[in-house]
Amino acid sequence: MSARLLCRLLAAPGEARALDAAQWNAVIAIARAELLIGTLAFRLRGLPLPAPVEAILAAAILSAEEGRRQALWEAVMARRALAALDCPVILLKGTAFVAAGLDAGQGRHIGDLDILVPADMLARAEAALLDAGWEWVKSDPYDDAYYRRWMHELPPLIHRERDRMIDVHHTILPPTARSTPDPAKLIADAVPLADGVAMLSPEDVVIHAAIHLFADGDLSGGLRNLWDIDRLVREFAARDADYPARLVSRAAEHQASRAVARALRLAAALFDTPIPPQPAEPLFDAAARRRLLARDGWGRGTRPATRLAFYVRSHWLRMPPAMLARHLWIKMWRRSRHAG
Amino acid sequence: MRHVFSVRIGPVGFRVGSDWRAPVAALRTLYAGYPTPDDGIADYNVRLSATRPWRRFIRPSVAIAGDYMLPDAAPLPLAHGLLAAEMAMNLQLALGERRFLLLHAATVERGGEAIVLTGESGAGKSTLAALLAARGWRLMGDEFALVDPETGLVHAFPRLVSLKNAAIAVVRAALPAARFGPLMAGTPKGDIRHLVPDDTAVAAMQVPARAVRLVFPRFGFAAERRTVGAGEAFVRLTQASTNYVALGERGFAAMTRFVRETPAMALDYPDADAAIAAIEAEG
Repeated sequence: MSARLLCRLLAAPGEARALDAAQWNAVIAIARAELLIGTLAFRLRGLPLPAPVEAILAAAILSAEEGRRQALWEAVMARRALAALDCPVILLKGTAFVAAGLDAGQGRHIGDLDILVPADMLARAEAALLDAGWEWVKSDPYDDAYYRRWMHELPPLIHRERDRMIDVHHTILPPTARSTPDPAKLIADAVPLADGVAMLSPEDVVIHAAIHLFADGDLSGGLRNLWDIDRLVREFAARDADYPARLVSRAAEHQASRAVARALRLAAALFDTPIPPQPAEPLFDAAARRRLLARDGWGRGTRPATRLAFYVRSHWLRMPPAMLARHLWIKMWRRSRHAG
Repeated sequence: MRHVFSVRIGPVGFRVGSDWRAPVAALRTLYAGYPTPDDGIADYNVRLSATRPWRRFIRPSVAIAGDYMLPDAAPLPLAHGLLAAEMAMNLQLALGERRFLLLHAATVERGGEAIVLTGESGAGKSTLAALLAARGWRLMGDEFALVDPETGLVHAFPRLVSLKNAAIAVVRAALPAARFGPLMAGTPKGDIRHLVPDDTAVAAMQVPARAVRLVFPRFGFAAERRTVGAGEAFVRLTQASTNYVALGERGFAAMTRFVRETPAMALDYPDADAAIAAIEAEG
């Protein structure tokens, strides 16, 4: 068993009719582990399903609707806190999808609120949020200094009453990473939504998702990101036939061509996303597919070696070798001190 | 997983997987009279697995996991595997349940009318529920009352009743013919022994009931009864619910309806007999 069956159901919900009890148990466990149960519930809505599955998915829809409402409320809270800055609050990821009413937001799990502000506004944004009830999560001085010096976002803040986290980004990749997207372009082309918030342009939103998947992280939660990419590309391409071509040329402007090509190919492989021809990288794709689908029928992560390889790769991409060595050394030294 | 056990408790189906035979064998014995999940499809998956591959054999240590997990849940030794399974099953509901409003409470029923006993650990919920069952009440559950937001009815969740420390002997004396699980000594919660709910409780576990009385028992105080207003009951129940916030407006509507329709009392009691007499007088 792998997450392959979950992908099939998301891409082609009609295949749900053929599932037996053992397959349902596995798919539900895997969908929960990948935080895709709400998405699956929306995709299968209205199909004739076994009664227990229907009850589970109905609850997942209620849960996703409540999550959506809380995420939008959190965006309102952040916008109010930052009103004095007089710059648009650009929503990123899940909150942007639901605020814009995109397909990618249907049933999507939303954890933290992610926003983008211009780098020169960062200090003022931080002060305004602290003033409005957000607090630091990390008290460790090394982590704090690391974030401020090397990351593309402030150290995470949590609201002391609502217990919700906010990540304030000033760009979409760490400045130390191999490629450098242009934050000025991201901000200049952002699309206003209602109520003083905005989101990235249709091209940039997919580029951000692709970068997050293949130029930054270790692919944990990757299936969810890839599903976002499938939904976004389909919806934008349906609105405008030139979209795929514009996406490819915009990716080049952000030094993200490779990440975007990889994201499109894997979305096509797992979710049948219609995409223009992309340069092939069969070895990378096979490894990424193995990593993305690595779940057993109980929702447990499998393939530890592949996982480790992508974890190591994520650090390798994020910073130059000497810096990586220093960072890992400090992390290890601290861990051994904490354990002892 | 190597060993698998599936069961339905009230409206909730579980699939429990384990690296070891023992916890699953214990569940199979104690839940012998229970049905399997409808259509073989479980609402929640529970996993009892070794914290490290070698810990399956050497000083075996059971990690509590499943569809929903706490990042810092402490593992238990294999000797307490049954407790681990019960904790993991409870945790799935506590973190994952969205159909019902969960109240951390024991519930008993007679003539279609339910009494809901809620309070912190040590208040005596499980003990009082078991003793009331010994006096002919139907045991609906000792851990969670499941309130249906659509109907306001309480649904049963009659899992094994978890008795702790001195309560074990008290309930054994009151229910000499009942079945009990193994004594697990020295767990993080003290000595624990599970009572198997009687046949009536299992046979009627699909039948919901209307709550007619909400009781906040408190053990170890001089006997005293006090009427609790709807406002106070509301605040105390929001703290006794693991999913009130997650349910959003549905949770608020279900909770306000519950406290409006269910008269509540605080009951301090010095010993079980006094509490039983007071509850039966009210019910």
